[in-house]
Amino acid sequence: MATINVEKSHTGGAADAHAHGAHDHQQSFITKYIFSTDHKMIGKQYLISGIFWALIGGFLSILFRLQLGFPGMDMTFLKPLLGDWITTSGTLDPEFYLALVTMHGTIMVFFVLTAGLSGTFSNFLIPLQIGARDMASGFMNMLSYWFFFVASVIMFYSLFIETGPAAGGWVVYPPLSALPEAISGSHLGMTLWLISMTLFIASQLLGGINYIATVINLRTRGMSFAKMPLTVWAFFLTAVLGLLAFPVLFAAALLLVFDRSFGTSFYLADIYIAGEALPHVGGSPLLYQHLFWFLGHPEVYIVILPSFGIVSEVMATNARKPIFGYRAMIGSLLGISVLSFVVWAHHMFVSGMDPFLGSVFMFLTLIIAVPSAVKVFNYLTTLWRGNIIFTPAMLYSIGFVSLFISGGLTGIFLGNAAIDVQLHDTYFVVAHFHLVMGSAAFFGMMAGIYHWFPKMFGRMMDNKLGYFHFWATFIGVYMVFFPMHYIGIAGFPRRYYSFTNFDAFSGFTDLNMFVSIAAIVTFTAQLVFIFNFFYSMYLGRKAPANPWNSNTLEWTTPVEPGHGNWPGEIPTVYRWPYDYSKPGAKEDYIPQNIPYAMTPESNLPHETAMIDMEKDDDAVVVDREGKH
Amino acid sequence: MNTQNINIVQAEQPQLPLSMSPKKFILWLFIVSIVMLFAAWTSAYIVAQAEGVGVPIELPSLFGYTSILLILSSISMHLAYRAAKRDQLNLLRIFSTITFILGVGFLAGQLLGFEQLVASNVYFVGGTAIDSFTFVLPFMHGVHIVAGLVFLLIVLVQSFRYKVHSKSMLSIELCATFWHFLDGLWLYLFLFLTFN
Ligand code: HEM
Ligand SMILES: [Cu+2]
Repeated sequence: MATINVEKSHTGGAADAHAHGAHDHQQSFITKYIFSTDHKMIGKQYLISGIFWALIGGFLSILFRLQLGFPGMDMTFLKPLLGDWITTSGTLDPEFYLALVTMHGTIMVFFVLTAGLSGTFSNFLIPLQIGARDMASGFMNMLSYWFFFVASVIMFYSLFIETGPAAGGWVVYPPLSALPEAISGSHLGMTLWLISMTLFIASQLLGGINYIATVINLRTRGMSFAKMPLTVWAFFLTAVLGLLAFPVLFAAALLLVFDRSFGTSFYLADIYIAGEALPHVGGSPLLYQHLFWFLGHPEVYIVILPSFGIVSEVMATNARKPIFGYRAMIGSLLGISVLSFVVWAHHMFVSGMDPFLGSVFMFLTLIIAVPSAVKVFNYLTTLWRGNIIFTPAMLYSIGFVSLFISGGLTGIFLGNAAIDVQLHDTYFVVAHFHLVMGSAAFFGMMAGIYHWFPKMFGRMMDNKLGYFHFWATFIGVYMVFFPMHYIGIAGFPRRYYSFTNFDAFSGFTDLNMFVSIAAIVTFTAQLVFIFNFFYSMYLGRKAPANPWNSNTLEWTTPVEPGHGNWPGEIPTVYRWPYDYSKPGAKEDYIPQNIPYAMTPESNLPHETAMIDMEKDDDAVVVDREGKH
Repeated sequence: MNTQNINIVQAEQPQLPLSMSPKKFILWLFIVSIVMLFAAWTSAYIVAQAEGVGVPIELPSLFGYTSILLILSSISMHLAYRAAKRDQLNLLRIFSTITFILGVGFLAGQLLGFEQLVASNVYFVGGTAIDSFTFVLPFMHGVHIVAGLVFLLIVLVQSFRYKVHSKSMLSIELCATFWHFLDGLWLYLFLFLTFN
């Protein structure tokens, strides 16, 4: 009979600890911390890298916010760091401003919210929550991280080269990005950007393929798709989106490489520089935009889906209620995933696309609001009359919902082709996606870190610092991004170095100053988190086995699971993960590995009927992985 | 409160998820990503064509012959696979070698095909996007063929070390799947380029 724990702590498996003892052999520092194939270590590697990149990306944004809030301010004090990017008169170099915006976007979207978020939580949680010893291929998983690492090194290096990093925006539209003559960032900086992104794509594909294969193939006994935690559903669909979208980005990037380095004309046509015609004929910059946004739009969902999953899990646990509409949640995830592939051209309403096509994409875009709204309603109804426990993770989850609503509403404005004529490429768009994607995904990530920190490091993070961090960040991001709506409606274009040269735009300087100060304060507040994170890693309170009284399988492992996750056999799953506050039950939670036979007091009639079936199952040990 | 999970749980008992070999599944996922790659390029081709002005391109006659080579290699790949399944190790080695040679021949033919293109004044650089695509598509397919050949070589070496037989089919199975896929991919590209 499979080991069953009713107690909170994990006791199981002592008898058959030999089953996986082979895994606990001594590992050298290098195989344990550096070239590790253990999914938990790889997840942590992604997390630390993601935090590093978030600090860099955040710092870059502070630099350009200084220029926006205090135009032409004297930045001589940054000269030791930025060198010639501070002009002789002490102001920020305008081309470097563009480079800053570009690198901020690239780093945040790809290196923090894609690699740092999916990389961390898909790696860490998928095997633990589906009951697997590790990923389908530990080696590929390691490769995935190291591709990402090399991509990171190259991108980081590009920040310091003479001609500056890429400066054509995170979307790197040609011709700007294709012609070194156009802007100094399109020299070596752009080349490094392309190399780095190619490695990044390879990394994401290796990782994503692994996540999919693991979810499909390595679930433990009883873990049917209909009993899978929503986190795993979300990570799974994220990986599917990545698998379909990232190759297309690679396709687009390779053609860009050909245009830049070999002189082909995929994206370039009829360009004159200093009166001289370039040899390129017949290319189409619109083609690049189509290819890019075919990735780009699914990419924004690659960023947000893992947060959806994390928030569902954290919210159900801390509201002590089953998630409302489990099936609807899965359905809306599926709906969003499918729809995300047919709306890309809403980024191109004013790019010279056929207006008829525009109206088709407008229609499809507005449909995506439906599954998005379903999710929001389900979150709110999960909270409704729950016994809410306000852990920092829970606060971040609630904050996520708030931000997702605020930012999602403006999406509906932008999705209307006619309104977008006014709003495209203004700060309104910046406000939209920083709320709905940037901040919301960041909040999801934070919820995940606060919630699973005990599982990752065996210690608890400090709650008080967590509360401070939450409130500072929550108020902070609204202070930063809400005013941008007004600035955008007033017509301020994004990616402009300076507005003060135009009379029409000199009115909002005070608001811009406010935003910049709020940004600096919010960024500084993140240092509290950094302190809490690293301090708690070594000196935090020791974590109990199941600190949040949660149902999912990861909490049945030892406090600090070793390689192979469960010392004994892998638990069997008998029920869905959301049996919180079940009427009649002794405790307000029943973990997934508790059979109905052990909970007669709370079983529904059809569940009692299933007890007989459970008996057939006399513990055939599922240990396919044990043989290596 | 729990209504939605009623029909989920119905008649479900703990059971093992069905699984094909994870490795095989991983290969299929790789194939999906390659399909997306070429789907992107061929749709870009269509967009470029709709906007462009270029004159239609005559595909090199050699591409027809290399297509035949590749189909033959797929057949010999299958024969090698069948031989392995029946433990006819000599046949396995012979057919794997033939497949490999045909694959190399295919690549050489493609290169000569590029020369034919250049001879007929179609260049990778300098012409329209369509001209360039006529090089990019076969070239990128060729890159994948190189990967396939490496895979084939590994299986070939294994077969000489008695590591491929009816009880150890995974590597040749994966190799065959990949090879047939590359074959199909080329036929698609060939027809696509012919009719566009
Ligand atoms: C209700 C659903 C949504 C609708 C209707 C919507 C619509 C739009 C539209 C039309 C634009 C283009 C605006 C322009 O450039 O003129 C846009 C931009 C953007 N959206 Fe959304 N959106 C929605 C939800 C989301 C979500 C959930 C995310 C991410 C998690 C997101 C991320 C972005 C990003 C990153 C951009 C800007 C990309 C750029 O130009 O740099 N949106 N959205
Ligand atoms: Cu979009």
